[in-house]
Amino acid sequence: MTKTRSTGKIVDMKVKLSTSDYLRNSDRFIDGLDFSDPKRLIIYSHPKWLNVHPAILTLLASMALKAGKENVKFDNLTALSGAYLDRMGLFNFVSEESPYNINKKEESGRFIPLTIIKNSIEQSKFITDMIPLLHLPVGQTDVIKYTVGELIRNVLEHSQSRDGAIVAAQYYKKSNTIRLGICDNGIGIKKSMQKHWQSRTKTDLDAIKWALVPGISGTTSREGGTEDNAGAGLFFIKSIAQIARNYFMIYSGSGVYRLLLHDKRVKNPRLHSNPDDDRHSDRNDAPHFNGTLVAIDLSLETKTEFTSLLSVIRDVYGSAIRERKKRKYKEPKFV
Amino acid sequence: MKKEYIKIKDYAGIFAENKDKAKELRISKITPALSNRKMLVLDFDGVSGATQSFVHALISEPIRQFQNLALDNLEYKNCSEIVKEIIKTVYDYMQESLDDK
Repeated sequence: MTKTRSTGKIVDMKVKLSTSDYLRNSDRFIDGLDFSDPKRLIIYSHPKWLNVHPAILTLLASMALKAGKENVKFDNLTALSGAYLDRMGLFNFVSEESPYNINKKEESGRFIPLTIIKNSIEQSKFITDMIPLLHLPVGQTDVIKYTVGELIRNVLEHSQSRDGAIVAAQYYKKSNTIRLGICDNGIGIKKSMQKHWQSRTKTDLDAIKWALVPGISGTTSREGGTEDNAGAGLFFIKSIAQIARNYFMIYSGSGVYRLLLHDKRVKNPRLHSNPDDDRHSDRNDAPHFNGTLVAIDLSLETKTEFTSLLSVIRDVYGSAIRERKKRKYKEPKFV
Repeated sequence: MKKEYIKIKDYAGIFAENKDKAKELRISKITPALSNRKMLVLDFDGVSGATQSFVHALISEPIRQFQNLALDNLEYKNCSEIVKEIIKTVYDYMQESLDDK
């Protein structure tokens, strides 16, 4: 463990895994994070039972990459369900041997273990290879390919992470849901946006929200983006999550934006171009994480076809741009 | 007028998400064809879906640069409903931005 020179206080990076680390109660997990010393990571576990969202695994892997394999330690990893950490490949990121004895060849579960993606060729291969791993019918795969494709691309283009994007996913039969996480050790959303949008991104939370606005890209100060970036990626993902009534969370710096589920009785939830208008929770006091973590639960129960979903998003996107343009119109001078 | 065809699947695979490939196609095929005022058909046969990022990187700059020429001379064939929706989205917001000029 490391001691700070000034106070002598013991500091490490710390993670506490509990019995139900889901997106609906992600605040509890986030509050238990400690990024004090990136050179050493201690992973504390509940002794009896672990239930970990794949996004949390991607965060653990990113922290382990930062600390280095030799500097990651598990504390109290005794729960039988902890074998999941092994199955998902977490022990590839640490030097400690797994206490679990799993036969990986026999495993036919519907999951995508922790995978590092560093370029667009690896991204395309991953998207092609991941669908058979999830054993899903063809009609249900486009929304997953879409979401994964856009999120990985965001990391590769904007994060400046040398470690690339870390991805993991799990299919849950009971809820017919894919839980997905993508994490990077890059510069974070605020730094990525500040080059062109300084006044709009004073805090991490401001930056996350601004990145969710349609037509806003970190690569230009021009609304509508450039020839290579429209600034639509995150807005589309948030909208997909919202229509299908899924959780969606972005954590970067000290900011956390979490889309909450709308009322089940509302068949066609209204999409908003301003993320503040969506039913959500947010905070700007989370333990400071330099990179970016995106987590999403994709329900495959939804009756909305992906095509109709895209059609709704197109309408909202168009009207958002028109409204913003209109705000810039000059008023007639009546004298 | 004789039409040129580009099979998107040959470049982007069955799910078109690789923006680098889109950019490559734009620079090597689409822009030169439109510069020569040619008709160009983007054939999405065998492509089940595409991301908005891919389609944006493929056609937004030609639309901005060539405007009506691009809108008149670009055609899309064998598009799945998903690909159609994405192309419509890019057409909508690009034409909104052309109105700014």
